[in-house]
Amino acid sequence: MNFKELDVSNPYFAYDPAKCIVCSLCVRACEEQQGTFALTVEGRGFESRITAGMDEPFLQSECVSCGACVQACPTGALQEKSIIEMGMPDHSAVTTCAYCGVGCSFKAEMKGEEVVRMVPYKDGKANRGHSCVKGRFAYGYANHKDRILNPMIRDKITDPWREVSWEEVYAHIGSKIGRIQQKYGRGSVGGITSSRCTNEETYLVQKLVRQAFGNNNVDTCARVCHSPTGYGLKTTFGTSAGTQDFDSVEHTDVVLVIGANPTDAHPVFGSRLKKRLREGAKLIVLDPRRIELVRTPHVEASYHLPLKPGTNVAVLTALAHVIVSEGLFDEAFIRERCDWDEFQDWASFVLQPENSPEAIEKMSGVSAELIRGAARLYATGGNSAIYYGLGVTEHSQGSTTVMAIANLAMATGNIGRPGVGVNPLRGQNNVQGSCDMGSFPHEMPGYRHISDDATRAIYESLWGVKLDNEPGLRIPNMLDAAVDGSFKALYVQGEDILQSDPNTHHVAAGLEAMECVIVHDLFLNETANYAHIFLPGSTFLEKDGTFTNAERRINRVRKVMEPKNGYADWEVTQDMARALGQDWNYTHPSEIMAEIAATTPSFAGVTYELLEKEGSVQWPCNEKAPTGTPVMHIDGFVRGKGKFVRTAYVATDEKAGPRFPLLLTTGRILSQYNVGAQTRRTENVVWHDEDLLEIHPFDAETRGIREGDWVKLKSRSGETSLRATITERVAPGVVYTTFHHPATQANVVTTEYSDWATNCPEYKVTAVQVSPSNGPTEWQEDYEEHARQSRRIVHVEAAE
Amino acid sequence: MQQARTEIAAAVEPIIDRWKGEEGPLLPILNGIQRELGHVPRESLPIIAEALNLTRAEVYGVVSFYHDYREKPAGRHVLKLCRAEACQSMGGDAVAEKLQKLLGIRFHETSADGAVTLEPVYCLGLCACAPSAMLDGEVIGRLDEARVEEIAAEVRA
Repeated sequence: MNFKELDVSNPYFAYDPAKCIVCSLCVRACEEQQGTFALTVEGRGFESRITAGMDEPFLQSECVSCGACVQACPTGALQEKSIIEMGMPDHSAVTTCAYCGVGCSFKAEMKGEEVVRMVPYKDGKANRGHSCVKGRFAYGYANHKDRILNPMIRDKITDPWREVSWEEVYAHIGSKIGRIQQKYGRGSVGGITSSRCTNEETYLVQKLVRQAFGNNNVDTCARVCHSPTGYGLKTTFGTSAGTQDFDSVEHTDVVLVIGANPTDAHPVFGSRLKKRLREGAKLIVLDPRRIELVRTPHVEASYHLPLKPGTNVAVLTALAHVIVSEGLFDEAFIRERCDWDEFQDWASFVLQPENSPEAIEKMSGVSAELIRGAARLYATGGNSAIYYGLGVTEHSQGSTTVMAIANLAMATGNIGRPGVGVNPLRGQNNVQGSCDMGSFPHEMPGYRHISDDATRAIYESLWGVKLDNEPGLRIPNMLDAAVDGSFKALYVQGEDILQSDPNTHHVAAGLEAMECVIVHDLFLNETANYAHIFLPGSTFLEKDGTFTNAERRINRVRKVMEPKNGYADWEVTQDMARALGQDWNYTHPSEIMAEIAATTPSFAGVTYELLEKEGSVQWPCNEKAPTGTPVMHIDGFVRGKGKFVRTAYVATDEKAGPRFPLLLTTGRILSQYNVGAQTRRTENVVWHDEDLLEIHPFDAETRGIREGDWVKLKSRSGETSLRATITERVAPGVVYTTFHHPATQANVVTTEYSDWATNCPEYKVTAVQVSPSNGPTEWQEDYEEHARQSRRIVHVEAAE
Repeated sequence: MQQARTEIAAAVEPIIDRWKGEEGPLLPILNGIQRELGHVPRESLPIIAEALNLTRAEVYGVVSFYHDYREKPAGRHVLKLCRAEACQSMGGDAVAEKLQKLLGIRFHETSADGAVTLEPVYCLGLCACAPSAMLDGEVIGRLDEARVEEIAAEVRA
């Protein structure tokens, strides 16, 4: 007999071989849907059993815990532990995942007020019934003991927190903001909207700033991720968004992935991409790191261009050089859709000898042969699509890189039909939406510039205020102004700027200089260590609204439980506005969406009724496209003619030198999400409980660093310590880490350099030195002490 | 462990390289390893998986399907006794009992001195000469008690 024991190694599901009928559905789900191939049938005949890896526990096997096998299992041999503990659900609602920009639809299966399990929804148009470990399993943070449920205030950031009533906190905010504006001027306060909150909530925060604060000092976390996408694609195509839907990948023949790591950061799209690659599509990867897609079971990139961090523009222009010099461009498309003279001007620029692959070979570290091969494949391989991530945008030339990408797509005619296009893989669940909703200091909802009189007039008449026609402050400007003493109060909804923004010391100094920092979040996050007022937030399970994903798809978020803190985030913002003298009376987020639709042409047709009927819609959704627009720029570009922009390469000032000889680049890992506020508070920590520094064996050996050693990572901004792991995923001269854990604070090291057009920080290039160390740095110890002090709470019994 | 793994890598890598470029290289590689090393060590599976861009699970699934890929090396002799229907009906059961007694091991076992491994096999295609067996690749037909004793003596010599 081939007896196998119960396997409970995975934190979220159990495998009980005694219940298994060896139907192999799980093996097929793992292979065909997820593309991980972690399961197999062991033995044969009556002896056959399903097993993970080489008869290993699930946790040690190649399994990535996406849960597709659990969903496929007809007998309960693979079963969610939550079902085993809580029993079967009694009702459910369809909602949208609150992690990455893929925007997967889920059925939240409930028992009373508790989530029993999240099941990917088969009619979800972004995920088509698939999910990753975060969306399916990592929702436990909603009930974590760290969650704060009452408003709190304190006078100084060294004081303990004091719990207060909602009435008291609003009165406090009203008087404090009023006093600060009176003393330091209307422009001394501002707000930051959250890409984790709903469209409706984001819209209200920017409205609060513009109407109640009376200025344009509103910004969003997209500043630090995809602001160059907005700028670059608006300049070239006329709209700040990706051109395709995710289904488009099923029609793609050549995929060019630039500075993105879909299998870790956008896992469900990663699975869909891998499926297409297994069907025969070709892959080109442009990344300093040998990401999983370069070679992973049954997928191998035709070309991997391991460029040095910071040389994106040079390499992309060299690709264009090959396309133009070898006559691989699509003249008919360019003549019809773009301006031929502009193209010729651009062509003469890319043809300059300094843009040839041979000329940039040395500086980029990519051989001319690879560049030529990749360019030929992209231009001639059929439907070619570009997918890119933060490795493109988070550079001093981020916006230029986005435009270089757009140039390639236009020159080869790869735009305006399924299977092609330019697709930014957006980081957060609603970063597309937060940008759409006018979260930028220079833009009103729908990307209309604040200097546009007609747009301002719409909102002025509706809101009954006079709007400033000059852009307000961006996040880095707010922090600079705070250090200078002219910016005094900040409302931060659902973003942890201390941990996520670059140059932590500078962010801390800016926050410390303010008189009133209001943090609205689920947890006392790192930014809250510098806050004076804390407003408890609600999770995506506790409110109604919409998220807009990377393909411009507006998905419904449905309330499945009452907010544990009492109020959804939009209600809190509304009460704040009332405390500041505004007469807001929204009773449901659908009324906020109605206001958005009434004032924003690209959202004109969006209503909750339509979303109910269609499931989801992709903007623009208006009279011309009553059920939305899956693929953009089909007959013509939004701006009219597609614009070719010269993309001269300017090397970043951040260079490796004798003191800091290595280049640090940062990124993400599958099981954790961004600063980890949520995922660190789930069982996902079994896969990743600390940030590690990846270093090439050559660089490790010359420094005497062994696997698992503590190392000090130092740049001109600061230093931190973490443990090293030795790997050939990174090239010699490049080191890599994630920024999921506050104990590491990887952003202590990153610098204030940023994109020339949008101030998007240059996270992806920092010159550093790595040396052996014996533990955390002084800053890490001081910070930990400060954080501990700053999380003290004095509980007060509610007065009857 | 690390040492063993490196030794195994050194032994299997030339075999992998020999077949890697061919179509459907996994079975020829496993055959080669079984031939050269007398077994397919567990430590070689991740090396094969990496070289062929497969997962450990897939390679393990194939290895575990075929009984002839051994996890551990066999004894100096391998004796396979047919246990299929025709041989059973011609006195195979008695032969099997006798053989196990004489060798002091059960099916699937190797004698303590490493002399012999005994395995059941389901049909050698030699039903006309049942009961039959195969010793180190050579087929033997018409087994009876005397012949079994001879074989036992031979393998234990």
